[in-house]
Amino acid sequence: MNKLREPSLLFDRIFPVGVIVALLVIGWYAATFFLNAPYQRDLNARQGVSVTTSELVGQTMRQQKPTMPAPHQVASALWKATLGVPVTSKRSLVYHAWVTLSSTLLGFLFGTVLGVLIAVGITHIPALDRSFLPWIITSQTIPMLAVAPMIIVILAAVNITGLIPKALISTYLSFFPVAVGMVKGLRSPEAMHLDLMHSYDASTWQAFWKLRVPASVPFFFTSIKVAVAASLVGAIVGELPTGAVAGIGSKLLAGSYYSQTIDIWAALIAGSVVAMLLVALVDVAGRVTARVMGARPT
Amino acid sequence: MRFRLNWHTVVALGLMLLSLFNLPFTATSGTALPLLILWFLVLAALGALAVPPRPALVASFGLLGHAAVLLLLRSLKGAEGTATLGFYAALAASWLLGWRLVTVLSGDGKRGSEGPGTFVSLLIPALFGFWILVLWEAIARGAGIPFVLLPPPSAIGHRIMGSLPILAADFHQTVLKAVLFGFVAGSLAGFVVALLADRYRFLAKGLLPIGNMVSALPIIGIAPIMVIWFGFDWPSKAAVVIVMTFFPMLVNTLEGLRAAGSMERDLMRTYAANHWQSLFKLRLPAAMPFVFNALKINSTLAMIGAIVAEFFGTPIVGMGFRISTEVGRMNLDMVWAEIALAAVVGSLFYGVLTLIERTITFWHPSYRR
Amino acid sequence: MTDKPVISARDLSLVFETHDGPVQALSNINLDIQAGEFVSLIGPSGCGKTTLLRVIADLEQPTGGAITVNGMSPHEAREKRAYGYVFQQAALFPWRTIESNVGLPLEVMGLDRNEAARRVKHNIALVNLAGFEKKHPWQLSGGMQQRASIARALAVEPAMLLMDEPFGALDEIVRDHLNEQLLKLWAQTKKTVVFVTHSIPEAVFLSTRIVVMSPRPGRIHEIIDCNLGAERPLEIRETLEFQRIAQQVRDGLRAGHSYDD
Repeated sequence: MNKLREPSLLFDRIFPVGVIVALLVIGWYAATFFLNAPYQRDLNARQGVSVTTSELVGQTMRQQKPTMPAPHQVASALWKATLGVPVTSKRSLVYHAWVTLSSTLLGFLFGTVLGVLIAVGITHIPALDRSFLPWIITSQTIPMLAVAPMIIVILAAVNITGLIPKALISTYLSFFPVAVGMVKGLRSPEAMHLDLMHSYDASTWQAFWKLRVPASVPFFFTSIKVAVAASLVGAIVGELPTGAVAGIGSKLLAGSYYSQTIDIWAALIAGSVVAMLLVALVDVAGRVTARVMGARPT
Repeated sequence: MRFRLNWHTVVALGLMLLSLFNLPFTATSGTALPLLILWFLVLAALGALAVPPRPALVASFGLLGHAAVLLLLRSLKGAEGTATLGFYAALAASWLLGWRLVTVLSGDGKRGSEGPGTFVSLLIPALFGFWILVLWEAIARGAGIPFVLLPPPSAIGHRIMGSLPILAADFHQTVLKAVLFGFVAGSLAGFVVALLADRYRFLAKGLLPIGNMVSALPIIGIAPIMVIWFGFDWPSKAAVVIVMTFFPMLVNTLEGLRAAGSMERDLMRTYAANHWQSLFKLRLPAAMPFVFNALKINSTLAMIGAIVAEFFGTPIVGMGFRISTEVGRMNLDMVWAEIALAAVVGSLFYGVLTLIERTITFWHPSYRR
Repeated sequence: MTDKPVISARDLSLVFETHDGPVQALSNINLDIQAGEFVSLIGPSGCGKTTLLRVIADLEQPTGGAITVNGMSPHEAREKRAYGYVFQQAALFPWRTIESNVGLPLEVMGLDRNEAARRVKHNIALVNLAGFEKKHPWQLSGGMQQRASIARALAVEPAMLLMDEPFGALDEIVRDHLNEQLLKLWAQTKKTVVFVTHSIPEAVFLSTRIVVMSPRPGRIHEIIDCNLGAERPLEIRETLEFQRIAQQVRDGLRAGHSYDD
């Protein structure tokens, strides 16, 4: 007896999300007017020009350094910074996004490998489980990102600069979710299944590959989804103290120095697009793996 | 009493032998102190080989080993950077004995064997933390690592004691103002919006995917915008924290409100309960574990948000400000002091939330007794 | 029992829309239940017995035909709290004590505090749970939890109890015991009971009438009268009369079954 109506993609997903996004854009335009209007009125009064309300609305959408840039200003800045310049140019957001993405991916890779190794160690060595796991869990409550500038500076002092220090911060941020998720995953087989393996006189190694690893796959993808997002944040924050050379983080910092609000928003959106792509990629990888392993499609 | 070999202790004994032929330990240690240390270690090793591991025996070999390592650290006094092979061999030997101790205390980990008691299960991670500090201290001072790279824990401890007023001011600025305000306002807003969205299914359907997506975005990047809008002082940091904490609470609460079982919902329906009655009597209590999950996530996010937002501009006080300026001046001991403060505040924050969670969701299977 | 029936279904049908097309869960159901009857709905899974009960309770809407409960639509009857419903599982709220679980419907109804307290105490005593008021559900055995959920259904003081395989998840010893208690309760309170089960002995032991249903489409195959008298000790199951009715139900189930799976 299946009483659930099949959810429709159009009415249960696209339409509600579309309406809310539309509301957000309208709200954004309204905010653009209300946040920029005081300065514009001030400016007009000083220059002695009087304008109608509709002219004022137009002016608030065209400021050079608005308090709140209008969506179309951000969109055109994004357009110019991606398609308007060659991707190798320092003015190209694609270039900066690539710089951030490369250290994100490297750090994510390190972090995932490290996290999985730690999880395997913890599930097989009781002493590690008892002594190390509590610290891993506690360390999640500690604001790790605060350490980022120090790592950059220390490594710079021993002449390690560029990609590696940022990747290390990403590693640092991404190995925790993977380690914790994988410990959960490797321990997820039911007692009954472990007993079954035991009844076959399977070795620890066989039980690991034939039972624990397959059981941990869903946990793996859930935790690397968190890890890849954390990795990106780590890379962006890692770019803050490097003297703003390249990357999304440096664009944010440069924008905030010179109050280039449009640039800040454009960089922010570029970072968000990278994040969405990464998460979507992990999601697809997870679904494909589940499909290949014969899980029930969701 | 019988003896049985184990690899930790055997390797440790080998290292002691190596250490014995590489005396003294440091420029100022002479040979008397090293010999005393090695003597302690040999006794500890004998204890570690004895079976069965009776509590008194384990306690005495643990104490001997740890006394040895404290003496070892003492031998570094006034002789930073002069540690010899003998010193490191003895350090490694005592570390292996420490590992052996933890292994014995942890039991064999087989199912059916009784786990360690509360005291031991706290002692084990405490030992681990202690050893991290010991190795850090011994290597930082023994090898004479430049202070600007890695100050030893003892120096950080001194710095903390010497800078309490500064730390207190930073704590006040960052935690009591930005973090607390942002955490409460952001979580509350997320919660209220979730309740509204739950009332109108359409809103929930639209907000849930958006909220899930936004949770994965680098929201911290809005910090410079918030500084432009709300100025350099704490309100801009609180604003960052509000945005960062809003979405996890929204998503988790919405998910939690769907957690009540269909049978329980039908039950409320048979009572002809209205929306608010079934919300307050059934779905909200059932959602509490999810709400607390969000609060715990948010406690960490709030600390991160407030500290990192200060990297983008701040008045001359605050934990993030201190970290970024002292890093610039290469005063790494002060940076570590702030990190230690952040760590303590972060785990206390989390701990308090866990305690409240236990009293409110006492009925949840994970807390039942 | 010559009054108007408490529950009356005419040509009732219900079609579910599923991934694999429509499923006829109920088809052409005609059934009258009089006040004070104990009616069991029995049949293999998929025969629509639970669905029928849920339609009576207004937890499911029929797609054809008519049904009245106490002379009104099931919706109105639900709003008037005409029945108490007992589920397969106890469905007690883990954050409430037994006492406040039993009092839950009374809170929803906005009943006076003193009256609510009286009913809670009375009904907890009725299901022999006195002394467990302050316990939380997980501290009780499965059988005790289900008794608490019956007390909760009775607290509304409905004239009708709708029970959906209430003892299906319990072991047979506990089940026998609860069957006896339920019969006593029924005799004491004179309530109308509609009881879904897939156990033949349970149906025969408890009921005054047994409705045998069959699947694909879900329909009533046969209605069997079953009057074993007011006094029914467990041993009645050894009597010839009991065996005869049980055999009749079994035959009905077998005839209604299409053997296509």
